[in-house]
Amino acid sequence: MTEINASPNMNSSGYEMPPEMRQNIAITTLDKIWNMGRRYSVWPMMFGLACCAIEMICTAASRYDLARFGMEVMRPSPRQSDLMIVSGTVTKKMIPQIVRLYNQMPEPKYVLAMGACASGGGPFKEGYNVVSGVDKYIPVDVYVPGCPPTPQALLHGLMKLQEKIDSESITSVRWYQKEAIEAIPVPILGPDIIDPRDFPTIKSLTQGKPAAAEPAAETA
Amino acid sequence: MYGLGILKGMWVTLTHFVDTFVDDLRWLGRRYYTPEGIAHRSSKDSRGIFTVQYPEEKLPVPEEFRYIPFLIYDIDENGEHQDRCTSCGICAKVCPPQCIWIVRTEDPETKRPVPEPVEFFIDIDICMNCGYCSEYCPFQAIRMDHDYELSSFDRHAEHIFNKERLSKPAAYYNEIRPVNFAIDEAERAEKAAKKAGN
Amino acid sequence: MRFSALKRDERAGYEGHIVPASSLLEVAKALRDEDGFDLLSSVTAVDYLTDNEEEESFFEVVYHLYKSTGGGAEVLRVQVPRENPVVPSLVELYPGADFQEREAWDLMGIKFEGHPDLRRILMWEGFAGHPLRKDWKEVYFEEEAKPFGNRWPGGQVYRVEDQNPYGKNNQYPDGFDPESWVETEDPLLYENLEKAAREYTEDIDTEQVVVNLGPQHPSTHGVFRMAVRLDGETIVALKPVMGYLHRNHEKIGERNTYIMNMPFTDRLDYLASMSNNFGYALAVEKLMGDKVAPPERAEYLRVIMAELTRISNHLWAIGFLLNDLGAFFTPALYAIEERELILDIFEATAGSRMMCNYFRFGGVARDLPAGILPRMKDLVNERLPRKIDELDLYLSENELVRSRGEGVGIITPEDAIAFSATGPVLRASGVPYDIRRADPYSIYDRFKFDVAVRYHGDVYDRYMIRVDEMRQSLRILKQALKDLPEGEILTGHNPYQVRVPAGEAYGRVEGPKGELGYYIVSNGKPSPWRYHVRAPSFINLTILEKMCVGQKVADVVVNLGSIDIVLGEVDR
Repeated sequence: MTEINASPNMNSSGYEMPPEMRQNIAITTLDKIWNMGRRYSVWPMMFGLACCAIEMICTAASRYDLARFGMEVMRPSPRQSDLMIVSGTVTKKMIPQIVRLYNQMPEPKYVLAMGACASGGGPFKEGYNVVSGVDKYIPVDVYVPGCPPTPQALLHGLMKLQEKIDSESITSVRWYQKEAIEAIPVPILGPDIIDPRDFPTIKSLTQGKPAAAEPAAETA
Repeated sequence: MYGLGILKGMWVTLTHFVDTFVDDLRWLGRRYYTPEGIAHRSSKDSRGIFTVQYPEEKLPVPEEFRYIPFLIYDIDENGEHQDRCTSCGICAKVCPPQCIWIVRTEDPETKRPVPEPVEFFIDIDICMNCGYCSEYCPFQAIRMDHDYELSSFDRHAEHIFNKERLSKPAAYYNEIRPVNFAIDEAERAEKAAKKAGN
Repeated sequence: MRFSALKRDERAGYEGHIVPASSLLEVAKALRDEDGFDLLSSVTAVDYLTDNEEEESFFEVVYHLYKSTGGGAEVLRVQVPRENPVVPSLVELYPGADFQEREAWDLMGIKFEGHPDLRRILMWEGFAGHPLRKDWKEVYFEEEAKPFGNRWPGGQVYRVEDQNPYGKNNQYPDGFDPESWVETEDPLLYENLEKAAREYTEDIDTEQVVVNLGPQHPSTHGVFRMAVRLDGETIVALKPVMGYLHRNHEKIGERNTYIMNMPFTDRLDYLASMSNNFGYALAVEKLMGDKVAPPERAEYLRVIMAELTRISNHLWAIGFLLNDLGAFFTPALYAIEERELILDIFEATAGSRMMCNYFRFGGVARDLPAGILPRMKDLVNERLPRKIDELDLYLSENELVRSRGEGVGIITPEDAIAFSATGPVLRASGVPYDIRRADPYSIYDRFKFDVAVRYHGDVYDRYMIRVDEMRQSLRILKQALKDLPEGEILTGHNPYQVRVPAGEAYGRVEGPKGELGYYIVSNGKPSPWRYHVRAPSFINLTILEKMCVGQKVADVVVNLGSIDIVLGEVDR
C-alpha cells in the first residue's frame, strides 16, 4: 500500500507508457480509488437542529435528490455515518449532545456547518443560549453560508466536501496515524456551559475573585 | 377489503414511475438540461419526477431571490470606480442581527465626513439574508446578490466580507435583477434631475 | 365586574383587570365556570423595571382568557413585587398553564405556588439567573437597544467572541469552581418522572425502565426529548424536555426595533413564516392604530400567502406523520413535491424560500412580480387539488394508517380545551374553534369556508383534519385569487423605524399549528419593552403526556407527529 503511494511518479505525466498499452490501462493510485469510493458514499447523519434541517430534508427529497451524490443514506445512528451536517443553531443546551455524537462517529468523519448559525452563531449569536459557531467545540470541514442555505447551496457545500476528500491521502490522514485520536471532552451544563478544556482558564478568572453572594435558594 | 389500501398506494407509486417515462418520451431528451425543460418540470402539466440535476443544471433563481448583500459601484468615463454608498449608515442601523460595520472617511483638512466608506464589512456568519439593507438604502447602493455558491473551508479567513469582496459593478446588478435595476435607474435619474434643477 | 377585588387597568393603552394575587384562583374559577372563559390562551410575565425613584418596579403576570365558543379576550393581570414574586398557580383550573408557568419561572423567575412540577423548561437546572429580567445581561451584551453605535458611526469590525476571555459565549459567576460542579438537570427530571409514575402504578410491583427519546432521534421532528418511563411496553409517565433550540427570541426581540423583529419571526415556525409575519404585523398594527390599516390588495395578498403557507405546512405535516408511522419517506417525498412549488412562489415574491420576511406594518413588502399570478392559479386550481386527492386516495383508507391511527392518542374535547390546545389538535377533538371565524382578523370574514371539525380526537382524525383544512384553504385561495384587486400594497412609505405608541397589544392568528399570538408591550421607544410569543406548538405539547400515558411506546412517536410541532416555535 505504502509502496504505491511512495512512488509519486505513477501519476505524473513523465511516466513512460508503452504505446500499445495507452488505450487499455488506466493508471491511478490507490488514493484515487480509495477517495472515489469514499466521496460517492458519504453517509450523513440524520440529524437536524433548526430551520436549516428543513432545507437539508428538501435537499434529500425529490427535487434535489441527494441520491445523485450517493449521500441519500441518512443514518439515524452516529456509528454508521461519515458526515455530520450541523444544520441549524447550536445552543448551549444541545452542544453536549452534539459533541457526544461527534465522538461516537467512527473515523473518517467530517463535519459540515450548514448555515450562518452553525458556522458562527448567525442572527441569534448575541443570545445567551447560543454557541457562536460549532467550531468552538468540534472541528468543521466545510462551512456553507446562508440563512438558510438553499438546497443548491448545500449541494455546493457537499461538493466542496468531496473536493476535500479527494485531496486526502491514505498515508497522511490522521486516522491511520499511530497516535490515538482523543475524544473531545463533553461540555457540562453549569451556570453557563462549561467546556472541560477551559477548566484552567475558568479557574484563573473566577477563583481570584471572592465568591458572589449566594443567591436565594432557587427551588420552588 | 383488507389489503386494498396497500394496493392503492402501490398503484399511486407505479403511476408516478410510469408518468416519468411517458413525460421523458414526450419531451425526447429536452426534459433535462434545457431551460424549457426545467420550467416544464415545475409547471402544472408535468407529471413524474421533477429532480433538478444540480450542478449540471441549476434551478433559475427568481429576480427577488436574496442571499448575501453586495455593494454597487458605477464606472465613470475615466474608468474609475464610483461607489454609490455614501456611508450614511442606514443599512447598519436597520440590520436586524447587526452584521454591518461601516468605517467612514473624513476629509483630512476640513474634518467633515466624505460621502464614501473607507471600509464596509459584512459578517456573513451573522447575516440573515433578510434584505432590509437593500430595502431601506436611499442611494440604491446595496442590493441582494444571487450568488449562493459560497461554501468554504475556513470561515475565519473568508467569512467577513470587506468592501473589495462586496463591491460589484452596476452591470452585474443589471444582469441579475433587470427589473429592479430599471426601477432604480429611473429613481436615480429623477433624483439627478432634481439636483440639477436646484 | 362582580368581584370587589378586580380593578380595571387604568394605564393608557392597556385593557383588562388587575387582580390581587390572593384572589386570582377565585376570579379565574368564576370566569371559567360562570362566564365561559374556558380557554386560557396565554400566560406570560412582564418585568416593569424602572430607574425612576418615584415609580415602583414590579412583575406583572398577564393571562389572556378566551371562550371556546368565540369572541374577545378577558385579560387578567397580577402584579407582584420584584423581590419575592409569588403567584398562585392556575394549573389546577387550567392544565394548559403548566408549561407556560414553567417558562415564566425559567425566564422571569416568578414562582407559581402550587405548581406540581416547577422546573426550568427552556434553560437547564443550574443556569445562573433568569434571562428575561431586564437587569440580567447576557455575555454578548453590547447596548440596551439596537442599532449599536460601534457598527456605525464606530465602524470597528471584530468578532464578539474575540472580546471574551474564553473566546466563547460564556461567563461564570465570581468564585465559581468548575471541578466541584454537579449537574442537576437530569436527576431532577428523573425524580419527577418517578413521582409521576408512582401515581399510576401503586399496586403493581414490576420493574420499570426509563427511556430517553431524543434529543437526537429521527422521529422527534427536531431536537426534542421525551423522558419516558415504561412498564413493559406501556408508558406510565412521560416528561417532555425542550429548550435544545432555545434561541432567545424574546430577549433579542426586546433589543430589536419593531421592524427588525419581522425577519426573526420567520425563524419561529420555520415551516410557516408567512403566518408568523402575519401575527406579528397584526399585533404591531393594533398598537399603531388606523394609520397603518393595510390597503385592500395587501389584505388579499396576506390571506393568499397565509393560506398557501397552511397548505405547505400541512403537506409537510402529513408527509412526516407518515414517516413516524413507519412509511419512511415515500409519502413525504410526494407531499414535499407540491410544497416545493409553493416555496417557488414565495421565493419569487418575497425573495426567500422559507424566511419570507414579507409583511410590513401597513401592508406587504413587494407586489407580485410578473408571471406569478398565473402560476399561482395553475397551482391552486390544478396541481394542489390533484395532490390532495392523491394523498387522500392512497393514505386515508390505507389499512396501516387506519389501524395505527384510529383510537390512538385520544383527546376528549374537555381535555383539549382545558389543556389550551388549539388549531388542528383542538378541532380534531370536535371543538370547532378557528380564530378565522371565532375572532376574525384581516378580511377572513369575506370568504366562504367551513371550519373543519372531526370528532374522535385520535391520531387518524388529526391526520384527516389536515386534509380537510387544505381543501378549505384551497376554497379561500380560489376566492381570493379571483377577487384580488389592483392597487397599493402598503399604507405609508415604509420607514425604517416606526413610532409605536405606549400600550400593549395581543395579536393572534390561526396559524397552521394553532393559535399564534404575539403579546407586545410598548413604552413608546423604538424597541418593544416586552415581546412574547404564544407559540401553538409549545402549548399543544402540554397535553402530550396525557395522550401517551397508558399507551404503547411505539405510539408516542405517532402521537407526537400528529400534534405537528416545530422546534423553532416550541423553544423559540
